[in-house]
Amino acid sequence: MRGATHAKWAACAVTVALAATACGGGGDSGGGGDGSGIVGSSWGDPQNPLEPANTNEVQGGKVLDMIFRGLMRYDPKTGEAKNMIAEKIDTKDSQNFTVKIKDGWKFSNGEKVTAKSFVDAWNYGAHLKNNQKNAYFFGYIEGYEDVHPEKGDAKADKLSGLKVVDDTSFTVKLTQKFSTWPKTLGYPAFAPLPKAFYDDHDAWLAKPVGNGPYTVDSYDKGSKMSLRKWDGYKGDDKAENGGVDLKVYTDNNTAYTDLMAGNLDLVDDVPASQLKNAKSDLGDRYINTPAGIIQTLAFPFYDSKWSKDGMEKVRQGLSMAINREQITETIFQKTRTPATDWTSPVLGEAGGYKSGLCGDPCKYDAAKAKKLVADGGGIPGGTLKITYNADTGSHKEWVDAVCNSINKALGNDKSCVASPIGTFADFRSKASQQKLDGAWRAGWQMDYPLIQNFLQPLYYTDASSNDGKWSDKKFDDLIDKANAETDTKKAVSTFQDAEKVLADQMAVIPLWYQNGSAGYSDKVSDVALNQFSVPVYNEIKVS
Amino acid sequence: MGRYVIRRLLQMIPVFFGATLLIFLMVNVMGDPIAGLCGDRKCDPATATQLKKEFGLDKPVWQQYATYMGNVFTGDFGTAFNGQKVTELMSTAFPLTIRLTLVAIVFEIVIGISLGVVTGLRRGRPVDTVVLLLTLVVIAIPTFVTGLLLQLLLGVEWGVIKPSVSSEAPVNELLIPGLVLASVSLAYVTRLTRTSIAENRRADYVRTAIAKGLPRRRVITRHLLRNSLIPVVTFIGTDIGALMGGAIVTERIFNIHGVGFQLYQGILRQSTQTVVGFVTVLVLVFLVANLIVDLLYAVLDPRIRYA
Amino acid sequence: MPDPREPDGTAGAIAPTGAGGAMDLAATEGSTLDKAPGGPEGSGPSTPARSLWSDAWRELRRNPVFVISGLIILFLVFISLWPSAIASGNPLSCDLANAQKSSAPGHPFGFDGQGCDVYTRTVYGARASVTVGVCATLGVAILGSVLGGLAGFFGGFWDAILSRITDVFFAIPVVLGGLVLLSVVTSNTVWPVIGFMVLLGWPQLSRIARGSVITAKQNDYVQAARALGASNSRMLLRHIAPNAVAPVIVVATIALGTYIALEATLSYLGVGLKPPTVSWGIDISAASQYIRNAPHMLLWPAGALAITVLAFIMLGDAVRDALDPKLR
Repeated sequence: MRGATHAKWAACAVTVALAATACGGGGDSGGGGDGSGIVGSSWGDPQNPLEPANTNEVQGGKVLDMIFRGLMRYDPKTGEAKNMIAEKIDTKDSQNFTVKIKDGWKFSNGEKVTAKSFVDAWNYGAHLKNNQKNAYFFGYIEGYEDVHPEKGDAKADKLSGLKVVDDTSFTVKLTQKFSTWPKTLGYPAFAPLPKAFYDDHDAWLAKPVGNGPYTVDSYDKGSKMSLRKWDGYKGDDKAENGGVDLKVYTDNNTAYTDLMAGNLDLVDDVPASQLKNAKSDLGDRYINTPAGIIQTLAFPFYDSKWSKDGMEKVRQGLSMAINREQITETIFQKTRTPATDWTSPVLGEAGGYKSGLCGDPCKYDAAKAKKLVADGGGIPGGTLKITYNADTGSHKEWVDAVCNSINKALGNDKSCVASPIGTFADFRSKASQQKLDGAWRAGWQMDYPLIQNFLQPLYYTDASSNDGKWSDKKFDDLIDKANAETDTKKAVSTFQDAEKVLADQMAVIPLWYQNGSAGYSDKVSDVALNQFSVPVYNEIKVS
Repeated sequence: MGRYVIRRLLQMIPVFFGATLLIFLMVNVMGDPIAGLCGDRKCDPATATQLKKEFGLDKPVWQQYATYMGNVFTGDFGTAFNGQKVTELMSTAFPLTIRLTLVAIVFEIVIGISLGVVTGLRRGRPVDTVVLLLTLVVIAIPTFVTGLLLQLLLGVEWGVIKPSVSSEAPVNELLIPGLVLASVSLAYVTRLTRTSIAENRRADYVRTAIAKGLPRRRVITRHLLRNSLIPVVTFIGTDIGALMGGAIVTERIFNIHGVGFQLYQGILRQSTQTVVGFVTVLVLVFLVANLIVDLLYAVLDPRIRYA
Repeated sequence: MPDPREPDGTAGAIAPTGAGGAMDLAATEGSTLDKAPGGPEGSGPSTPARSLWSDAWRELRRNPVFVISGLIILFLVFISLWPSAIASGNPLSCDLANAQKSSAPGHPFGFDGQGCDVYTRTVYGARASVTVGVCATLGVAILGSVLGGLAGFFGGFWDAILSRITDVFFAIPVVLGGLVLLSVVTSNTVWPVIGFMVLLGWPQLSRIARGSVITAKQNDYVQAARALGASNSRMLLRHIAPNAVAPVIVVATIALGTYIALEATLSYLGVGLKPPTVSWGIDISAASQYIRNAPHMLLWPAGALAITVLAFIMLGDAVRDALDPKLR
């Protein structure tokens, strides 16, 4: 092995000397426009083991999106959920579903994809003892409380709501009516798993096996993963390239520099400090597309100072004191779009996104802001503290800018002050235990492109991510009503009614929608990001 | 001498336990690491409890420490949150970092001491002023900026180096990162050497040596430099820790998955296993480095004796 | 074999000194030398009219390097105390519309990433940065050289204890220490940051001081003083300290600059100086991100830092020279 790498190095040195082509990025082994070229792409070390139900961030998501296909898949362009392995998913009452899968799908180790592959995988993902961080995805399936109780040990091994009928069909019973449930199934957590996953778990983790357009060729933890096109892939979204080499970068700035030096083909996260240069460095090889992420400022409703009547005026005033246009343009170089509702543009109008739903309170107006804050009785304590975590995501810049904007609008240097917390874990544990005073940065990356996902987990009374403990009876009722609605159109408009309650109360201040940004080399084309800001690797062509 | 070394080696035992306990407690004080594993949402309480149990976080601290140390002595340094063995992380990170550190130290010795000797002998001359100005630049401009500019210039504009170091990290790729890493320490080494040389060049033994008619070169290297090196050696000894464990910025810029990065990541993710594991090895390195420095004193100045 | 050092029977060895306790302070702050009185305490082997320390002070006042560096430092102290005297703006009033713009009328240094005036912020940043730099350096120098000096002088058991404590402190990574020790602090002043730097910074200086003392105590004049029955404190303060102080001065003056920069690292970690405090470190670290687009943002705070370090390096050099009788 060692000898081989040295030899490769020597070869590279010669190539560099002769043709000044790049080495190491792996971007140019194979070649030509025959679909066999390899894409060299930036990567970050996945935070969790690469199990489908245990991956909740983009880096692991990239790999899963390449090696797995589930029942549904979200169209990378429109975000619409389309059948992938599912032949059809039927329901009569929005609560009992029958899933029929297509025949002929296989895992790359030759195993057939059957109804059992799904049911076993979901049972695994839901079960408490497997520590899967996305277990809550299975929470709507009957029997979840038994395999994943809030306290104590599991009372059952399997979800009672899942039943295998035959090799190609199974039934699902939900705990409540949820008409759009099939549309959640595009998330990787619902992927099928081969027997090898359970038989030799460590070996599987060392080299995951799935049913997607790529197979894992080699995986060097912490530094590199090579994926190659799988010729036996059944789906119609076959890989247009010969494979993808993911290279771990500890800093996206370095990845960007490597892209400029020609050592890398794709950087899917352009560093904030380079955004201003991206256009001139890359020209039209820089893409900036909406992703299903919204950023907000949340408030502590567990603190009576913030929840008492009249405070909605202060919150609205603060919202109006934030010059979103200017901040998204200057700080984010338009990789964020000022938010005017509480969802995301990736949902599309039909999916429930409604530009301008927030109305005036989301528009910058310094004079009105000052008046509203004064009318509401002023900021509790005189100073708004905005808490953020300093270690990830460079939040300092925009929090400072938001504070400067508020200070300027309210005409007082001390109206707003940024308050950093050292680590994300500390920040999250304080937020989820209601230990923060003042406002804090909040963000939501959608699990699936449904308006329900932007509202219920965040604002429903005592919902899992309702850290501010906001609660409103009217909102809750509307959500319940929308979930029971079988007609999608009506459901969406009921969700929007609920959203209007958010607007009246300004439960959280919507700041902006986040985009995914990426840059690529002139060797590749057809690069796009999906709604989860994951590159659509299988469509990339290498010239 | 032999007894001194043995005594020093024995002293490592309490330091080892003291340091690991201290680090263990510090990471523990940082609070609950599980909350950071679920992204911007709240972990579901059942999974969180289960994870805590798996990482032993539900037990009292002293018990966690005892279990951990017990495991360490059987060679098991635990698992990081991404499921990777800490020993695995260490076996990839340490070789890289040791290579990078050696490159940096060689730079410190070669460039730092040479510049120090030159400026010490030519105090107040233009060369002295130029080196002083360079020193100021190195101190005032963050490593991040120097590293980034060198990377852009040499890596992108001129294509002399690769902007990022490959995972094999051969020494030739580590030259620029090593130089960036060594830059601030270079300032120290240069000025320490300069001061010592300036102080000693008027010493009587140097005058005697010159009077004896010894060649200038021999006077400088054998008499002047040797007697001036003790502070420099001391400094380099203390710097090893900073170079190995604190090369976060350099390692990030050049994408070196070394100790500094792993340690930083471990601390931010509050992974006790990773942090204590890496620091444990680093402590051993410091202790050995300090011992070597103390032994070098006796070599450089024979009047110093250890009983 | 190197030639053994000749007996160095010059002023450094014989001239008794006055308030030798100023040694540590001399490492960083020339002004403390004022306090060094001239007279001997009467126990010295001989009693010339001038002591080493008063000699040094006389030497210093005639040294232009000392005068210039002194003036720069006085100026820094002045703007730290009264920044509004030379900057009329408000460092906290920022307009994002001006972000990253270069110099404009009334704004000679241009604007930073948040649209704040770089000149005003550089002037206002002096207070926090100079305080952090000077106080942390003083603290580190005092604690480090006292502990290191004692360890080196006494050797044996005490050396073992002190050195092993140093080792334990060496083991604490700055990031971890900062996150643990500073995250519990709610105070909005510079003192926790300074305290933290002293806590983590002294081991290095202690090692340097220890090494110097170990070498200095081998000198013949020290051995001679010991043979004459001089007390430990007398030997340490009068014979060893002046000869061991040079490396401490060198390391301390450079460290001063790195502490100002370290403050930025701590702020970056979210545990350093808290907003709305203004400091060079914070501005330098913010400007670093934009080095490709707006280098002017970096230039001014980094320049201010460089001048500060230059002043202290020059001061340190002058003090060291003044303490070296061989140069007279």
